[in-house]
Amino acid sequence: MRASIGLFLRTIAARAYPRIIGMRRQPSWVIHEAILPILSVASFAYVYRAMRAPEEYVGFVILGGAMTAFWLNVLWSMGAQLYWERSSGNLELYIMAPGSMMAVLAGMALGGMILTCVRASVIMGAGILLFQVPFAPTSWSMLIFTFLLTLLALYGLGMMFASVFLLWGREAWHIVNLFQEPVYLLTGMNFPLKVFPTFLATTAALIPLTAGMDALRQILFKAEGFWPLEVEISLLGGLSIVFLFLAKRLLAYLERLAREEGRLTVKWQ
Amino acid sequence: MTQPLAIRTENLSRVYRGKKRKTNPAGDLIALDQVSLDVREGELFGLLGPNGAGKTTLIKILTTLLAPTSGTAWVDGKDVVTEAESVRPLINMVSGGESCGYGVLNVRENLWLFTQIYGVSNADAKSRIDEMLQIVGLGDKASTKVSHLSTGQRQKMNFCRGFITDPKILFLDEPTLGLDVNAARSIRQFLKKWLAERGNRTLLLTTHYMMEADELCDRLAIIDKGKVLACDTPANLKRRVQEHPLFTISLTPGTNGALALDRLPGVHQAIETPGPTAIEVKVSLAEESAIGAVVQRVVECGSRILSLNKTEPTLEDVFIELVGHGFNDNGEQGT
Repeated sequence: MRASIGLFLRTIAARAYPRIIGMRRQPSWVIHEAILPILSVASFAYVYRAMRAPEEYVGFVILGGAMTAFWLNVLWSMGAQLYWERSSGNLELYIMAPGSMMAVLAGMALGGMILTCVRASVIMGAGILLFQVPFAPTSWSMLIFTFLLTLLALYGLGMMFASVFLLWGREAWHIVNLFQEPVYLLTGMNFPLKVFPTFLATTAALIPLTAGMDALRQILFKAEGFWPLEVEISLLGGLSIVFLFLAKRLLAYLERLAREEGRLTVKWQ
Repeated sequence: MTQPLAIRTENLSRVYRGKKRKTNPAGDLIALDQVSLDVREGELFGLLGPNGAGKTTLIKILTTLLAPTSGTAWVDGKDVVTEAESVRPLINMVSGGESCGYGVLNVRENLWLFTQIYGVSNADAKSRIDEMLQIVGLGDKASTKVSHLSTGQRQKMNFCRGFITDPKILFLDEPTLGLDVNAARSIRQFLKKWLAERGNRTLLLTTHYMMEADELCDRLAIIDKGKVLACDTPANLKRRVQEHPLFTISLTPGTNGALALDRLPGVHQAIETPGPTAIEVKVSLAEESAIGAVVQRVVECGSRILSLNKTEPTLEDVFIELVGHGFNDNGEQGT
């Protein structure tokens, strides 16, 4: 049992490593993943300022810009990752190894989270400095808890995507593109969610980013949320469990399919 | 006492379902057909066959990556289908031409990553990586990013990856593919040394290099179109096609067909092939001692011997004998 846990943790750390070290070795990310998003955030912030919208709206946009970094990471670095691992020849080595594939996915998620936390912090920091947005969380512990819960649900979804996208093969690329843009609208990245009709907001709440951002805005800006904070936190907890469970089941299905059909470990399929 | 088996397969078959075509109405490709093999512990066992013979399919089944369509396979006594989780800590695989790893990491970091998914401690990982990098001559590249390595260097790194987890049974699928002559030679030497030093380790090697199979393998199976055609030691396999010792004699011209070597006692067959500067005579003997009489006849006929060689059969001769065509006459894709 102890050895199994040790192997699980080692596998997580090993798979997280390339992501974390990549940040230091490929510093160009600062330009395209921190500075460029700031430009997008700035344009919305200036629109709100020009309209004399409540100051917290600028804060919404900055938070939205930071949290979107996580969504992009989930789509491109989690969802499409197993597909890329297969193309590079790593997937069959992972399947063949005693370390579990769930640990491999968890490592990808952990590495992605750490990497994206740094990116999101740069976006947040730059936004706060540029627009002087007053952040006054009602509770730091609640803020951290809600943030981590949002990441858990979000990366649980990413782990599930990883298996689904691998099953879809080459179509995965298009599916990632398909998921990217609508989410900017559905999650209320640049506006408060309460402008949505109920059915749309309820549908959008299946994306952890939606409930997560709405909850964080409530804590950070004392803003009115679409649902009470407790409901959103419960929803995030539920989504985390569901996505992680589905990720595990899908991964087991994927491995069985890979062995039976002999196609999922074949490159460029 | 019977030596324990490291690998055993019983009537192992694998069929890939494919699209139905005129040339293949069923649409299926039989990659393995009723393969039964025993590989003993401590053995360096070879699978020799052309592209598309089913070698890689067999390795994928044994490494738990692929399920057989029918039949059973055991690795270290464990069923590769129902006990895959127990098999995986015991094995590793290296494929020639593979391009695994992460370009952003250096050689040492990549190798460390692959030790961790086998649960190797950091201290053991470090010492094994250092040792293996020295063995393959990559010691000076330990801190080089993988994306900056040449194809051959990358292949050497992958070779190291297979050994640093200290597997009980290692599968090598064309391990010297793409390596230069010196690197391939040093890897072959290492394989022999590794097995000699670790008595209970087993290597299963697939190759289509005859010389490599001949030099390395304790026993080998010749496989074609998914079937095992023969399985024995290289020497025994060659003996199958060398019922009669074969000598090649090169003579000065001028015998005018007077040799009549095949009429000599002990000579099974003699074939003369005249050339512009010499006559080549292939003499197949029923008894090896008859070579003395052959030489005497040549001298009596007034001819001069330019060279005389005993021709050893190669594994390619064995393959041709078994399959009816040479290795390179079959250009199917690898399975």
